[in-house]
Amino acid sequence: MSDDHEPPQAEAPVESSDGETTELEYGCVVSWSGSQKTIHVPRDRWLEVGTELLADGWQMCVDVTSVDYSAYEPERDLPSSVTPERYEVVASFVSMTRRERIRARAQVPADDPSIDSLYAPYPGTDFLEREVYDLMGITFNGHPDLSRIVLPEHWQGHPLRKDFAIGSIPVQFKGAGTRSDS
Amino acid sequence: MTVTDKDQSTTGSATGAPASGSRLHLLTRRDSVLRMSEVEAASKQEGDRLEGENDQTMLMNMGPVHPSTHGVLRLMLELDGETVVRSKPVIGYLHTGMEKTGEDLTYVQGCTNVTRMDYASPLFNELVFSMAVEELLGIEVPARATWIRMLMCELNRISSHLLSMATNGMDLGAVSMMIYGWREREQVLRFFQKVTGLRMNHNYIRPGGVAADLPDGWQADVVELMEMLPPRLDEYDVLMTGQPIWQERLQGVGVISAEEAIALSATGPVLRSTGVDWDLRRDQPYLAYDQVEFDVVVGSCGDAFDRYAIRLNEMRESIRIIHQILDKMPAGDYRTQDPKVTPPPRARLDESMEALIHHFKIFTEGFKVPPGEVYTAVESARGELGCYIVSDGGPKPYRMHIRGPSFVNLQTMPHMMANGFLADAVAVIASVDPVLGEVDR
Amino acid sequence: MGALSDLNSEGLEGLGHNVITAPLEKLVNWSRARSSWPASFGLACCAIEMMATGGSHYDISRFGMEVFRASPRQADVMIVAGRVSQKMAPVLRQIYDQMMEPKWVISMGVCASSGGMFNNYALVQGVDQIVPVDVYAPGCPPGPETLLHAIVTLHEKIESGELLRRREASGAGARITVEQLDGQGASQFVTIGSKR
Repeated sequence: MSDDHEPPQAEAPVESSDGETTELEYGCVVSWSGSQKTIHVPRDRWLEVGTELLADGWQMCVDVTSVDYSAYEPERDLPSSVTPERYEVVASFVSMTRRERIRARAQVPADDPSIDSLYAPYPGTDFLEREVYDLMGITFNGHPDLSRIVLPEHWQGHPLRKDFAIGSIPVQFKGAGTRSDS
Repeated sequence: MTVTDKDQSTTGSATGAPASGSRLHLLTRRDSVLRMSEVEAASKQEGDRLEGENDQTMLMNMGPVHPSTHGVLRLMLELDGETVVRSKPVIGYLHTGMEKTGEDLTYVQGCTNVTRMDYASPLFNELVFSMAVEELLGIEVPARATWIRMLMCELNRISSHLLSMATNGMDLGAVSMMIYGWREREQVLRFFQKVTGLRMNHNYIRPGGVAADLPDGWQADVVELMEMLPPRLDEYDVLMTGQPIWQERLQGVGVISAEEAIALSATGPVLRSTGVDWDLRRDQPYLAYDQVEFDVVVGSCGDAFDRYAIRLNEMRESIRIIHQILDKMPAGDYRTQDPKVTPPPRARLDESMEALIHHFKIFTEGFKVPPGEVYTAVESARGELGCYIVSDGGPKPYRMHIRGPSFVNLQTMPHMMANGFLADAVAVIASVDPVLGEVDR
Repeated sequence: MGALSDLNSEGLEGLGHNVITAPLEKLVNWSRARSSWPASFGLACCAIEMMATGGSHYDISRFGMEVFRASPRQADVMIVAGRVSQKMAPVLRQIYDQMMEPKWVISMGVCASSGGMFNNYALVQGVDQIVPVDVYAPGCPPGPETLLHAIVTLHEKIESGELLRRREASGAGARITVEQLDGQGASQFVTIGSKR
């Protein structure tokens, strides 16, 4: 089987009830951000889609990150079949044979911030998932050692959430008028 | 060796991936990584015997203040005599909350924040952030700005590799390499100071172009640099590459296989040392890399010596690229003239009220970027440096995430150090070349 | 030979030109200033500039400081070069405590002096909250010239004995701020209307 360089066969578009067609890949809705392809993965299929991606030639998972949309004012630009939740986990994959990239986004609800870990198909997500847990508080089921990585182990709270203040201290600038030319 | 899907499997199903969908079997030793919390480790006395099937092992701590850990990296090592059985890198000693700070700074100010992540090669951070913002804005950067960015980035690659080789040499005992590496690096930094005003953390590459044009006489300076460097690089070959002690210390040390490196998401010299031919400059070109000719340096053994040799030869390839840039640099604007993004020229500020207001708005409020999300990646000196920005239509990023290559490459370290000596652990760290600023952010 | 013949002919006075006499305190301060070994505490970008100061072009060895001791027990000066995060703060204090008296601290860079541009949850806003600082060197990062200026200032104060007197009096560091001398500082003003 040497069709390494051909793109995966796109599945037949699905016609939804109001007549618009949705592109599907790996059973997930596809959307485009400029020229960058994104698939929206339901949370319970995260590991399954990850395994399918590995089997389909996406050799490397380069990045796993998360976003907290609780303070997002404009309308979320998501396909109609995807329910927006507070958190999103975003994973980027690279296929070195096809020289392409793809992004997978999963919605994670605020009351149960957990999702499956991609450690088994992509061991390189070890540190990346720990950082997401540390800074955003999303737990990854199946991760071998989910502990804080950049913050001290006893730290309370998850700084990248929008309800965690940046923690700046007010600064008074003293002696600001002492330059020789003023 | 180019990667094909067949190389991925060892249990050989026709499509190339193991039926279970897991790649954990590829890792050298499944338990190369010491999974012990810091609290638990601190509660054991230093040198206590660990329980387990092998009661001969002992837990040692290396760092965070250590002359050879390339910054504030802490390693918890489980030692059996002199042999490292398992290890755990502990990071976070330089965590600066830069991603949170990035949400508080405008896009104009964003580069000052991002540039301090990988402080050994700051221009790459600025480049990837600017490219992400420009993609969200949908603007094109003029040709001259693109070529200036390429010139500065390749020079930065040279200065970063010089730093890496200098510290690599010092860690392994070739202390004079530290002095030589810094001697050459000073010349490059002097050029940077002439162009950008600063020796490090330049804030030069900004969304829309670069901050200022190259000064007059820059070609002469670059030509002088390019004439000085190759004989010095040959000196390093004499000092290190051909020396039996250097070879003994690095060959066969820190070996990692290609499948393992891909599974662990390693990129950059770490990945290329295993034979995988992947370099974003050639495979997913950005800036004007598709208009210059260069070779991608690939190793074959996956050991520390290959990584050292790759960095040395990447410097030679960068010199080659810079010669081509010198010939092909176009004339034109050094930044886009789009008034939304670019402040007016300073000379107009005391002539026109509109120019003053425009300048004021850009530097206080910043420019607004349409809502969206984007991930851009460049090939930095350490690997794939990526930037993921989510914008909500305001002047500040809603979420800014930088994928630091050293952070991900650190995951390969326990697998490289397993079954090696303690002295080889130092060689492994030096060969991975982590910069803790981008590891911890 | 010459010394012995001087001794024979003129007694102890004959050795006058070979001998320096000074108060013990001055000699001790002189030797402390000329040979203060730094503890390597390079954290971030400032560490790179500190290493550049140790390189051949700026040569910190002229001031007797090229031996960056890995062990704090053998070090006199701690140059805190870089941003100190919350996780690193106890380590910083531990290294400072392990240094032997007399010891001095140079806070290199704005992140170490005041938290710098990172006024957030993750950094200690100035190492003077943890250790007593004697000299602050501004810059982001301070170029090697600024660091050398800070070191020379420190040496002058060590030699005059002032630092130890102040430390005995108040327990705090000397808190001297030096100017940024490397041409990269904010003291470069650009007038509007000039060519740029």
